[in-house]
Amino acid sequence: MTNISCTLFAVPGASPGPLFLARRALGWLALLLVVGMLARPAAAAESTSFEQALGHLATANFKQKERAVGELLDARHANTRAVLNALLEGTLYYRKDDRRVFIAAAQDASLRLLDPLTMSDAGTAEASDYTKITTNNQLRKTLKSALASFDLADPDANVRLAAVNELMRSLDADSVSILRARQSSEKNDAVRTAISTGLAIADLDSADAAVRLAAVEQLEGSLNPEAFNRLSALVTKADDGSYAEPDENVRNAARAALNEIDNWRSFYRTLETLFFGLSLGSVLVLAAIGLAITFGVMGVINMAHGELMMLGAYTTYVIQLLMPQHIGASVLVAIPVAFLVAGGVGVLIERGIMRFLYGRPLETLLATFGVSLVLQQIVRDIFTANNRPVETPAWMAGSLQINEAFSITYNRLYVVLFMLIVFAILQLVLKKTSLGLKVRAVAQNRAMAKSMGVRTEWVDALTFGLGSGIAGVAGVALSQLTNVGPNLGQSYIIDSFMVVVFGGVGNLWGTLIGGMSLGVVNQALEPYAGAVLAKILVLIALILFIQRRPRGLFPQKGRAAEN
Amino acid sequence: MQTSHPAIRLLAGERGTQVFLALLLTVGVAAPIMHLAFPEGSALHLSSYTMTLMGKYMTYALLAIAVDLVWGYCGILSLGHAAFFALGGYAMGMYLMRQIGTRGVYGDPVLPDFMVFLNWQELPWFWHGFDMFWFAALMVIVVPGLLALAFGWLAFRSRVTGVYLSIITQALTYALMLAFFRNDMGFGGNNGLTDFKDILGANINAPGTRVALFVASAVALGLGYLACRYITLSRAGRVVQAIRDAESRTRFIGYRVESYKLWVFAFSAVLAGIAGALYVPQVGIINPSEFQPINSIEIVIWVAVGGRGTLYGAVAGAVLVNYAKTYFTATIPELWLYALGTLFVIVTLFLPKGVVGLADKFTSREPAARAVTA
Amino acid sequence: MNATTALRNGWQKVFGAGARSARPAPGDTSHGTILYLEDISVSFDGFKALNALTLYIDAGELRCIIGPNGAGKTTMMDVITGKTRPDAGSAWFGQTTDLLTLSEPQIAEAGIGRKFQKPTVFEQHTVMENLELAVAGTKTIWTTLGSPLDRRQHERIEEVLETIRLQDRRSMRAGMLSHGQKQWLEIGMLLAQEPRLLLVDEPVAGMTPQEVERTAELLLSLAGKHSVMVVEHDMDFVRSIARRVTVLHEGHVLAEGTIDEVQNDPRVVEVYLGE
Repeated sequence: MTNISCTLFAVPGASPGPLFLARRALGWLALLLVVGMLARPAAAAESTSFEQALGHLATANFKQKERAVGELLDARHANTRAVLNALLEGTLYYRKDDRRVFIAAAQDASLRLLDPLTMSDAGTAEASDYTKITTNNQLRKTLKSALASFDLADPDANVRLAAVNELMRSLDADSVSILRARQSSEKNDAVRTAISTGLAIADLDSADAAVRLAAVEQLEGSLNPEAFNRLSALVTKADDGSYAEPDENVRNAARAALNEIDNWRSFYRTLETLFFGLSLGSVLVLAAIGLAITFGVMGVINMAHGELMMLGAYTTYVIQLLMPQHIGASVLVAIPVAFLVAGGVGVLIERGIMRFLYGRPLETLLATFGVSLVLQQIVRDIFTANNRPVETPAWMAGSLQINEAFSITYNRLYVVLFMLIVFAILQLVLKKTSLGLKVRAVAQNRAMAKSMGVRTEWVDALTFGLGSGIAGVAGVALSQLTNVGPNLGQSYIIDSFMVVVFGGVGNLWGTLIGGMSLGVVNQALEPYAGAVLAKILVLIALILFIQRRPRGLFPQKGRAAEN
Repeated sequence: MQTSHPAIRLLAGERGTQVFLALLLTVGVAAPIMHLAFPEGSALHLSSYTMTLMGKYMTYALLAIAVDLVWGYCGILSLGHAAFFALGGYAMGMYLMRQIGTRGVYGDPVLPDFMVFLNWQELPWFWHGFDMFWFAALMVIVVPGLLALAFGWLAFRSRVTGVYLSIITQALTYALMLAFFRNDMGFGGNNGLTDFKDILGANINAPGTRVALFVASAVALGLGYLACRYITLSRAGRVVQAIRDAESRTRFIGYRVESYKLWVFAFSAVLAGIAGALYVPQVGIINPSEFQPINSIEIVIWVAVGGRGTLYGAVAGAVLVNYAKTYFTATIPELWLYALGTLFVIVTLFLPKGVVGLADKFTSREPAARAVTA
Repeated sequence: MNATTALRNGWQKVFGAGARSARPAPGDTSHGTILYLEDISVSFDGFKALNALTLYIDAGELRCIIGPNGAGKTTMMDVITGKTRPDAGSAWFGQTTDLLTLSEPQIAEAGIGRKFQKPTVFEQHTVMENLELAVAGTKTIWTTLGSPLDRRQHERIEEVLETIRLQDRRSMRAGMLSHGQKQWLEIGMLLAQEPRLLLVDEPVAGMTPQEVERTAELLLSLAGKHSVMVVEHDMDFVRSIARRVTVLHEGHVLAEGTIDEVQNDPRVVEVYLGE
């Protein structure tokens, strides 16, 4: 309502002129409004009931609606917020014959009604018997601040924070007074900081240089983008050499504040790059770790590893087709299924081809490459060459907002966690189970293990199955991050090999650290060099790295490692 | 048996070499005559398409020989030879682009169309000189050769061997592919170089030019074969095979293994570059997909199919597999990848010596190819 | 070694240019000692394969090295031939050649030849070709590519063929030879190299008694002109050739002396029998 009085105050300052008549008309209008406002407390005194106020909304007159909103607020009814929200979202209707107001959801040609007095279901009705209560810009603005002040009183700090941010988007005298009112009573730190940031931004418009200076100092280090924009505006030189901010001291303070903000921002940008790098690295580790097992333990090169990941991704797609009602659970179901599918194919490859080629690593490379071509073509024949849409479950969508400059998307976060879980399980399997013991024994000395009664054939098949199964699991993760198509595997196979070579063969920790560092380096280079060039630089760096450490970060040592 | 000079043994010949050279000579002479002397419609007429296809196979065969030299004889499984091939092809393509002159879509006398399209104002420095054939021809040899020397020096010096080497050669081609896909590299990006008009002043599509390119490919294949055969017959060839079989042992009797590997690798890269340079004018285009890792692996499978460590086996493999590819992709394209994939598996499992080894077995002669395990 | 030197050395190693002419003649034995190993230590993942090993070989000497499994005999040969770089210590060939700065082919070229424990001949090559590969001479790629063997080298090969009695098998693939013949071929390759110091790892394993006898004769005939270091388990064989015996244990020298001295040394007895 304050904005209306502003218009009123403006009138006396208006000088007579061509617009005089118009201004006078406005003045009259304003006067009328003031009268209306004055009338309101009186109405409040009669304690207009919530029900009556609701009835006042059933009109086409925006002024009357505005008054009705005031009455609703005054009524302090438990359902006020819901009604105001419905009005803002355009789901508030009144019945044409008796002007009763309902919250309604449109269902085809009918409306599903909700009685705002009791918030209970009021059945369905013909849409043509009802009129939607419309809003205009002015009214929406009023509603928004009304809702914000409601939310500011909400017991949930997150709701209050969201309300403050909402208010900050359109700061005016109204919202400032709401914020100021809340400031003293607010207990939550984050909300209080947000409020004082908002108030400081408002203070930048103050006529008093001292107030502006204090506001600038208040905003120092704030990560609010609005604060940054406003401060930048202060120190930006206009074309005529003047500044938006007339006071030198305030400008200097603003520069210092901007500097500080920049520092924080770049700090968080670095954190973000690091996190992106770690999540990319996790994908690489997931892709490479199965390879590290088959390559490290068995000394065979599995060029079809990428295609096994592809199978895992397609498994996720098929599972989603089978359980369309439970997309959220489908990904979790897909993990073991993908493990079994890819692992099974892996065992088939091992029994059918690999076991004839032990000790001839270059030939395993060629044979498995042939397998990869066949797998790709099979997938193309079954699912076509087009990418398949794999849905992201709701629990993986969205992001975790740490602060205004730094947020983490859930899918990236889950990939990091998922990779750590897979890694931990794998370590457990290799270190604590009898299969793991046999696998390690075979890796170290095949002949000796054999003579100790280890069935190396069986261990080989299971090891290959394990590595392949993990590729399938990696494919489930990839289905959430990238396009699922027949070429999915090819785009990861070279990167995976690079990780294994970088980390050192036969060492899972090497794979972990190798993958993570490659991911981070790749992400860190990207802003400077672009994605493709970053990739090229990493490849070149890796080739140079092999000069220094031909056997990777964590080489196997000793006589066994020779040749 | 007194060991004679390898050149003498080369001239004396062995059966495989004699058969190969006789076949090459026959095809090299007969195909152009059948193309030019017999009218279209005649039973003996060879279409321009078929002859160009044969020319293409010959460049592939030269490429296969290059791979056989490093893999079959020296034990280096290079998954990067498609890169050397493509680099040679690009060098030739750049020459052909400069010959277009004002006949391009935009009619710019200096800048190739794609540069005009990208709004470039002047020719990048590395495009200078490619208007001269001799310079381009030099680059066909120098660029792949130098890259192989630099890369090989880094790799062999630090004793990167076996699958590690295969993987980093693959990474090399992959990096090059990514680089050549970028528009700002200045090699036409995605589309590569194409729309060629002239080569050495002759219309690139004229029958005479086609014949000349075919003959040039045949000659290059013959000379490349003889050069590789000479190397394998020389003492150096035996050292190289010793390196393949027992690298560290070879070191202990005083050979600088790295040096041998490096020169063989670089020579092989140069052969691949020449093959690429002859390939491009015959197919009329070069683009970054030539760098695809699968291409390099395919070359290896040609050699494996033919029989490695024999040179003529590589030629046979290149022609057989590519003929199969042409046939399949024309008639039943969806089966080609199945066929190729199965071929990879069958050859590695059942035909370690390739079709040449198989043929030797049937004619029950001392196998010309020595048993090889990589 | 700074970066430029490292780069130049690497360059020379690979391209083989200029490296030899710059070095003084290897293996200067004016002080009567051909091999100096001092305080050599090598460890693999914490396991000390060699532990401050110090050992000298005199010029023209025939020395036998014995010791239980894991005593470090093979690792010591690896260090001398450049296959393994020690963590500490120094290794000199004569007065002037620091073995630790040389690569395997440079060490071979300097005049140290090695016969491996497992016979490692080039199985795909013929007997003749094996010797051809080994025979002393310029071994750069340009020489081997351009010119066949000279007459002196041919004569040398014939000589060796006669010594190892494989004349009638010269065109046979080495892979087809019997185990003993492979041992002989490998000794032959060592001879063809004309090294000044021969490292011979278990030369008589798998040989018939007659062959053992002939090997002993051969090694004895080499001593004097060449220095020979033999690692062997067969004590009868050692007794038949050895003048001086060194016993290695847990990576260092346990005892040194004549065969009788060593065999009566209580520490040696304990090492061999006490465990």
